[in-house]
Amino acid sequence: MAMPGDALLLARWQFAFTVSFHIIFPAISIGLANYLVVLEGAWLMTKRPVYRVLFFFWSKIFAVGFSMGVVSGVVMSYEFGTNWAGFSNAAGSVTGPLLTYEVLTAFFLEAGFLGVMLFGWHKVRPSAHFFATLMVATGTLISTFWILASNSWMHTPQGYMWQDGRIVPVDWIKIIFNPSFPYRWVHMTLASFIVAGCLVVACSAWHMLAGRQDRPVRKAFSMGLWLLLVIVPIQIGVGDAHGLNTRKYQPAKIAAIEGLWETEKGGTSLNLVGWPDMDREETRYAIKVPHLGSVILAHSWTGEIQGLKNFPPEDRPNSTIVFWSFRLMVAMGLLLLAMALLGLALRRGDRIYNARFFLRFAMLMGPSGLIALIAGWITTESGRQPWVVYGVLRTRDAVSAVSAQQVGTSLMVLVVVYFAVFGTGIYYMLKLMVKGPAPFNDEMDEVGTDTGKGNQRFDHRPLSRPTEFIDE
Amino acid sequence: MTFDIALVWGAIIAFGVFLYVVLDGFDLGIGLLFPLFHREHERQIMLNTVAPVWDGNETWMVLGGAGLFAAFPVAYSVLLPAAYLPVIGMVCGLIFRGVAFEIRAKARRSQHLWDLAFMIGSATAIFCQGLILGTVLQGIPVVGRQYAGGPFDWLSPFGLLVGLGLWVTYATLACGWLIMKTEGELQRRMYVAMKPLTWLLFVFIVAVSVWTVLGQPTIARRWLTLPNLFYFLPVPLLVVACVIGIQVSVRRQHDRHPFLLALGIMSLGYSGLLISIFPNILPPSLDLWAASAPYSSQAFTLVGAAIVVPIILVYTAASYWIFRGKVRANDPGYH
Repeated sequence: MAMPGDALLLARWQFAFTVSFHIIFPAISIGLANYLVVLEGAWLMTKRPVYRVLFFFWSKIFAVGFSMGVVSGVVMSYEFGTNWAGFSNAAGSVTGPLLTYEVLTAFFLEAGFLGVMLFGWHKVRPSAHFFATLMVATGTLISTFWILASNSWMHTPQGYMWQDGRIVPVDWIKIIFNPSFPYRWVHMTLASFIVAGCLVVACSAWHMLAGRQDRPVRKAFSMGLWLLLVIVPIQIGVGDAHGLNTRKYQPAKIAAIEGLWETEKGGTSLNLVGWPDMDREETRYAIKVPHLGSVILAHSWTGEIQGLKNFPPEDRPNSTIVFWSFRLMVAMGLLLLAMALLGLALRRGDRIYNARFFLRFAMLMGPSGLIALIAGWITTESGRQPWVVYGVLRTRDAVSAVSAQQVGTSLMVLVVVYFAVFGTGIYYMLKLMVKGPAPFNDEMDEVGTDTGKGNQRFDHRPLSRPTEFIDE
Repeated sequence: MTFDIALVWGAIIAFGVFLYVVLDGFDLGIGLLFPLFHREHERQIMLNTVAPVWDGNETWMVLGGAGLFAAFPVAYSVLLPAAYLPVIGMVCGLIFRGVAFEIRAKARRSQHLWDLAFMIGSATAIFCQGLILGTVLQGIPVVGRQYAGGPFDWLSPFGLLVGLGLWVTYATLACGWLIMKTEGELQRRMYVAMKPLTWLLFVFIVAVSVWTVLGQPTIARRWLTLPNLFYFLPVPLLVVACVIGIQVSVRRQHDRHPFLLALGIMSLGYSGLLISIFPNILPPSLDLWAASAPYSSQAFTLVGAAIVVPIILVYTAASYWIFRGKVRANDPGYH
């Protein structure tokens, strides 16, 4: 018979696995849905077919990503009950209503209007179609609002009290607008835009490297780089502000992220690299920069950061993991910033479309948004351990009274199913990207703008001809 | 009488689950009827009848789950461990089916594999839903706020019977739906299938009802004592009327009546279920009030539900209206 600890460990692995897979798809959906709004809006205003070509192209990729997001999200919503009944019992009265609000205000909106957006092009007026696209995108943003409210509350809980062994909500405004919520919500939303921006840029770069230089490809490339140029610096600023917030409310997490064991008087140095060793209570092979830790984390020369030794060993998050996941996220952010700035510099003389080293760089950066996003989530979620609701409910008290065999079996099943289904799904998304937007020539654009005849011809072109399959 | 918020939430969840079973019932059932058709365009038509709406349909299940989590966390954290493996089986089935919807139309070499994923995924999801329903109907032991049974309590002859019964139910709904949404050869074959499916459904309803009543004295008392018997007698009588109605409407080649009558049978079966277990949320011992979340949770969520659910119903109805009418092979699609 397995020990209860095994069920806990397996349940944690299962959650980490399913949530990491899941987050990929909403991130892509949120970013792409809003991109689709921009494209369709631009098409309605300018009537330039390039926007419509791009709209159809990216809506196909969006559709595949969305369907995988929905079904992997359904798994998540049931895992709280199957593996984390202790959590549902104790904290379900707070997270349950927030999740219900997400379903009511976001999920239905997305799913309800998705049908019109994907299949209703010939059934409703263009303005009504645009409204549907707008509702789908709005749904994705509302969805992040509730999910991040719920997640942030688990990090910085307030507005509740304990009664008969469970958490009872007292003040919903305090619960939703908890101290870390604004930072997390904005950080996640911008991260999703960056994820989608990277995909659009990399996909366009791939086609340009392959010799395709027509308008949709260039347009998408340029739009994506403008987006990154604006958003990446903002994101870095938001991340910094989030760090200050975390230092205030989750000091142990900051200490773990920095691999910091002792509280240093008169200014904290920063471990650039190193290997935090949880057993020896030190960060080995550390390369330190004096005072930099204070400057970054406290915005002062002498600001003190608490070391991990200030916290009892059973309250310390795993520093080895979060030290490196955090650095991976930051590295991706800096690389993205470099790419966006380089793109700006290369805009003179259209070198942005022709400099092959830049196109290669942009293509390689395709997954960087996703890598940063997942690394960021690992940092914040592992950094919350050993608590599931920070300072309130320990992870080991949140697990279901189910056997390790059941959790292990379901973990194996889910791993197989996820790799088979979502692996193929991702492969298909990549295939669609490799296929690229519909063929395009510049005359279509001119005809389209004055007589509308081009549009008409366009209307009758089947969106994908029967012979167009992605696995040939 | 004071305002009983637990009762209101019980009604909302019952309504959500009902809409789920009605709506996702027919689109899941299409997976069961898929093997009857082999031509690519026929299968594509079958999928196209539900492609714009299945996502919204499935959301009612998520609402049922989330609502249960929010309003009755005790029931949620008892039911899911009790039906652990069927729940995992259901979500895996839904994964295969949901992704197959998207990819089938875009694949050629691997299309038969995605067809298989669609059929097996739908069948698995339905059967597991039946197992979960069976688990609820046969009663779940609870101690304190925790599930107190074994890991395989759901695996019982009764549960398997309910699983099979749900297959027949969803297949019948899907058959009626396709009669309404298609024409020509496809529709003709659905007319042929509708009659035996309905009879089979009737047999299963009788079998599940009798077994439930025999197995559970409390449920038997509810149905078989006077004057209850008179109040509830219309339920089985109307089922019989619907079954006969379907036979007649198929013979007369009505387009819509078979589907509407199948919905009727389904609603009657569902109301029978509610009559049997009320006021328990999980028989035999967990009632609505014992399973409730704190008042502050139920009240907060109720405000949202009261405002938003009517809006959802309006745009869901609008979406069905936009995609009304027959689906034809040469319709411009999106895939």
